[in-house]
Amino acid sequence: MRKCSLSEINSVFAEISKSMTLYLPVDGSDGSSAFSQWTEGVKWSESLNTTKSPKDFFFPQTEDLMAFKTSGKNIELTDIRKESEDFVVFGVRACDVRSFDILDRVFLSEPCDSYYATRREHSVIISVACSHPSETCFCTSFGISPENPDGDISAWKTDTEVYFSPNTEKGALLMDKLSSVTEECSDEAVVKQKEEISKICSRLPNSKVDTNTFGGGKTAELFDSPLWDKLSEACLGCGTCTFVCPTCQCYDIKDFNTGNGVIRYRCWDSCMYSEFTKMAHGNNRLTQKERFRQRFMHKLVYFPENNDGIFGCVGCGRCLAKCPISMNIVKVMKKFGGEKSEK
Amino acid sequence: MQVITREQLIEKAVSLLAANTVSCVLGWSRGEFDYDVSPAVFRSEEEVRRNFVWNDFCGANMSKYLISKASGVDGKILVFLKPCDTYSFNQLLTEHKFDREKVYVVAVPCDGMADFRLIKKVCGEGIISIDSEDAILKVKTLYSDSPISVPLTDVLAERCKNCKSKKHVAYDELLGEDGNVLESGRFDEVKKLEAMTAEERFEFWQNELSRCIRCNACRDVCPACTCEKCVFNNPSSGVENKAAANSFEEKLFHIIRAFHVAGRCTDCGECSRVCPQNIPLHLLNRKFIKDINEFYGEYQAGEEIGLRAPLTDYTTEDIEPCEIFHRRDTDA
Ligand code: SF4
Ligand code: SF4
Ligand code: SF4
Ligand code: SF4
Repeated sequence: MRKCSLSEINSVFAEISKSMTLYLPVDGSDGSSAFSQWTEGVKWSESLNTTKSPKDFFFPQTEDLMAFKTSGKNIELTDIRKESEDFVVFGVRACDVRSFDILDRVFLSEPCDSYYATRREHSVIISVACSHPSETCFCTSFGISPENPDGDISAWKTDTEVYFSPNTEKGALLMDKLSSVTEECSDEAVVKQKEEISKICSRLPNSKVDTNTFGGGKTAELFDSPLWDKLSEACLGCGTCTFVCPTCQCYDIKDFNTGNGVIRYRCWDSCMYSEFTKMAHGNNRLTQKERFRQRFMHKLVYFPENNDGIFGCVGCGRCLAKCPISMNIVKVMKKFGGEKSEK
Repeated sequence: MQVITREQLIEKAVSLLAANTVSCVLGWSRGEFDYDVSPAVFRSEEEVRRNFVWNDFCGANMSKYLISKASGVDGKILVFLKPCDTYSFNQLLTEHKFDREKVYVVAVPCDGMADFRLIKKVCGEGIISIDSEDAILKVKTLYSDSPISVPLTDVLAERCKNCKSKKHVAYDELLGEDGNVLESGRFDEVKKLEAMTAEERFEFWQNELSRCIRCNACRDVCPACTCEKCVFNNPSSGVENKAAANSFEEKLFHIIRAFHVAGRCTDCGECSRVCPQNIPLHLLNRKFIKDINEFYGEYQAGEEIGLRAPLTDYTTEDIEPCEIFHRRDTDA
């Protein structure tokens, strides 16, 4: 374990920035935070979570895939990808780190998405433990420990210090580079913080959210439940929940006519949208109830069914905080009986 | 705390259900916390008693839901409307969006709604309960031993700080006493924007709109956005975009939307309330409202049913377009 004093954290950022681009949560003018590039003077946000999740680093909201140009009978195809360079994402919370594993299962399975894979390979993730989880957090329901976040390096922030411990080879290599700005230390303060966080977690109002009514093989039981009518009745179909969610992974691929060629791009899509996966025969989900059900069934039933029981939600709480009608995955789970009884 | 209590609303709903005046109730439903209230249709006395809430977090404007919820009901649907909601209600009726005969409106006076984001700013994360007594919110969090007291006036939603009217412009029945149209400071921020140079203003909007994630929540909640198929959702339109391809498109969406609701926007403030990125969309709409007031005389959308908006009406007094260009060239 190594540490640096909190007042000196900028020297760590500066050291990383010497060789790699560094991104971290930064407060915006509206008071919420977003991942931004670090440069001298940029301050690490105190916020628990960014509004948009860090999935953007690997699966950006829009991305150009390739370009075409036709001349006569020829089509000229250009790979317009920019060369990827190594980059560091600092300050990722435990839930968001886990979301990368979920996205990996989708994008890195055959046929592997090379756009995504390249960015994953070039990244180093430094996670930070959550000393003050929010009432909206329920990551523990998915077996995630906010006191012990994964990532290439795990970090813990106390009132005076930041502690670091590498978990992977990539992380160890980066820690070596930081040897001049960090010092070897005991893990006493970290052990103490972990205990405190676990205590808080047991008091979190959503800590009793239980996954046991969901999981692979539950389609027949849950799909036609009358509960979906009530749960979805006020849904606006806006897609806010899907766009702030770290694990929502659907996209559309479209062609943009530039006037003298075509750019093929991909952009996030949402199962909450009426035109989602519209095909020649029309749409496969005609009502908002069907679209709403898809989002939750995907995360809680279909995804675990195809992925060794792993759920497609990490309990980050973003959809709880941001849905305009305050409908969300916790309300859905509880309605279906997913609540641990008081002990 | 609101002048009219939750119990009063529940008794009203229950008695109207029992008398068969209405067959269901559109209102606000209890969440997991005190602040995460959801719009809902209640179909029985039991449901109303169990889940109906009325507190400082009932900001959601129910009028737009009448388009989808009023058409299928047997008899009438009861809807509770705050003063600002009644303007949207009238505007929707002006546009023939639902059948007035299917709706029974109970008007509820409103003391202003709290903005949960502002409470979080004051009290931090981990809010587990919020009790409200005499305009003071008592906020319990995981991280403070005793409740934090926050005056409601400190955490009022922007639209409530600048409330334009405590008067209900539509109802079948009124609970309590009605208020008046108010002199509000709602154009103050617009004036500040107008005083900026074009470059400063561009930078202001660039900073705000660059946060937009094109979730469309502003459009989907807006009672003036009622097209059956929005051009931005239509794959054949050529401008359908689920995400802004570049910074121009980002602004395009908002400018088109602002023009489309100009003269019909009642300034209900729902767009700014729901934006996950805290973009002050109300400033765009208020600029249009202010301009319409200045060019054509005071006009409030939704004040009465059937009003012709200045932009869809022609009178010989209408301002000459050249004057508008003149103003642009001299002011900005
Ligand atoms: S659940 Fe909420 S955020 Fe998601 S589409 Fe429906 S209204 Fe929008
Ligand atoms: S569904 Fe909601 S809580 Fe779960 S990962 Fe997505 S945004 Fe977070
Ligand atoms: S534009 Fe905004 S303020 Fe105007 S009617 Fe729509 S939601 Fe309300
Ligand atoms: S609600 Fe906010 S983030 Fe969503 S589309 Fe509207 S302005 Fe953009």
